Amino acid sequence: MVIFDRVSKQYEDGHEAVKEFSLEVKDGEFLVMIGPSGCGKTTTLKMVNRLIEPTSGTIYIGQKDITKEDPVKLRREIGYVIQDIGLFPNMAIEQNIDIVPRLLGWSKEKRKQRVDELLSLVEMDPEVYAKRYPSELSGGQQQRIGVLRALAVEPPLILMDEPFGALDPITRDNLQEEFKVLQKKLNKTIIFVTHDMDEALKLADRIVLMKDGEIVQVGSPDELVNSPADEFVSTFIGSSRMENYKRSETR
Amino acid sequence: MNIELFEIWAKHGDTMLKALGEHVFLAVTAVFLGMLVAIPLGIWLVDRDRYAKYVLGGVGVIQTIPSLALFGLVLPFLGIGTRPALFVLMLYSILPILRNTYTGIKEVSPVYVEAGKGMGMSRFQLLGYVELPLALPVIMAGIRISIVYIIAWATLAAAIGAGGLGDLIFGGIAVYDYDLIMAGAVPAAILALVASWLLGALEKVVTPKGIRRS
Repeated sequence: MVIFDRVSKQYEDGHEAVKEFSLEVKDGEFLVMIGPSGCGKTTTLKMVNRLIEPTSGTIYIGQKDITKEDPVKLRREIGYVIQDIGLFPNMAIEQNIDIVPRLLGWSKEKRKQRVDELLSLVEMDPEVYAKRYPSELSGGQQQRIGVLRALAVEPPLILMDEPFGALDPITRDNLQEEFKVLQKKLNKTIIFVTHDMDEALKLADRIVLMKDGEIVQVGSPDELVNSPADEFVSTFIGSSRMENYKRSETR
Repeated sequence: MNIELFEIWAKHGDTMLKALGEHVFLAVTAVFLGMLVAIPLGIWLVDRDRYAKYVLGGVGVIQTIPSLALFGLVLPFLGIGTRPALFVLMLYSILPILRNTYTGIKEVSPVYVEAGKGMGMSRFQLLGYVELPLALPVIMAGIRISIVYIIAWATLAAAIGAGGLGDLIFGGIAVYDYDLIMAGAVPAAILALVASWLLGALEKVVTPKGIRRS
């Protein structure tokens, strides 16, 4: 689905955020990128929808080199969810959800139907919520809408930049569960950035652990916990978390 | 005092109404022309920080020229009458609108800009869907400041024969007729208050519902 081929990003101040990053993300895979802050995970994510342009290397989506695509058109075909949620405060919930359909010129009836469908997907009654404004919703509800907005035109690929990072622990837990179920149901390819190891272990099919712009280890949650590549990996996961994970596995 | 005002009205009513009409025309047209310049210019500057400093600085300099002097400066080029007056008042109206358009858009949270871009909005769509609606209250505030200023300064336009309430004031000063001065000054002050109130109300109306402070 997505192929990173020796992708590097050097910022103008000389800082090398991402170094020779190569990876293949499979169709329908839930890939979580994790690492300490400044490890280059968000930079890598934003290069996929060209909010950041790589200095060298190529990213392919499907078979297509994304630098050959029109960035505006490219972004409409990729779902994008950000940590700060970023629902437009001047738009009602329905307008927030159907923003990409509007950009693509869908008919009014089709958009309305899609909004209802999506709200029902997260069990929010369209009658109640469609006309409300973001400021009238709780943080958890807002980010549900943030996710729906990314799903609106059914993009096969969704990028998520610490989407649940700003929520309180209980809401975060609920949303993670909901989202995992949703992802299985809709069979999307997801690239998900987080700094929360619990979240990564819970959601990921595969985890990419990064440090200083480079991949330290790629593997399933099991592989990372059971055979960490080095000291950094095991420290980053943490011994108590490893114990807990193994215990819940054997149970 | 009330009685005096009525006497003034009885004596100068017709002149006052005519002058008031001219005054409103001058101020509204000047600010409207100012908007036509300032709003597009402000939008254009948003992505051009290099120029923004100079343009805003340059427009700021105009503001420091005393208005009587500026009326005098354009006299050789545009002569006297309504046209040069409108031109000068328009120049003065630009700065508050320009500054508020520019900063209003600049101050839209980068979160919304990133969300919009990430959704696949073109530069133009980002402006129309997100930046302008969110900046609108700030832009409206600029227009409001502008119109209040211009109503006051338009009284000086009478000095180059553009009419307006300044005619009564200048006339009053010339013949030392206190009533006549009042006949110009009081309506000008009321006009400024009314305009400010009207635009304040309009500001509330155009503020997108989701960001209104109740």
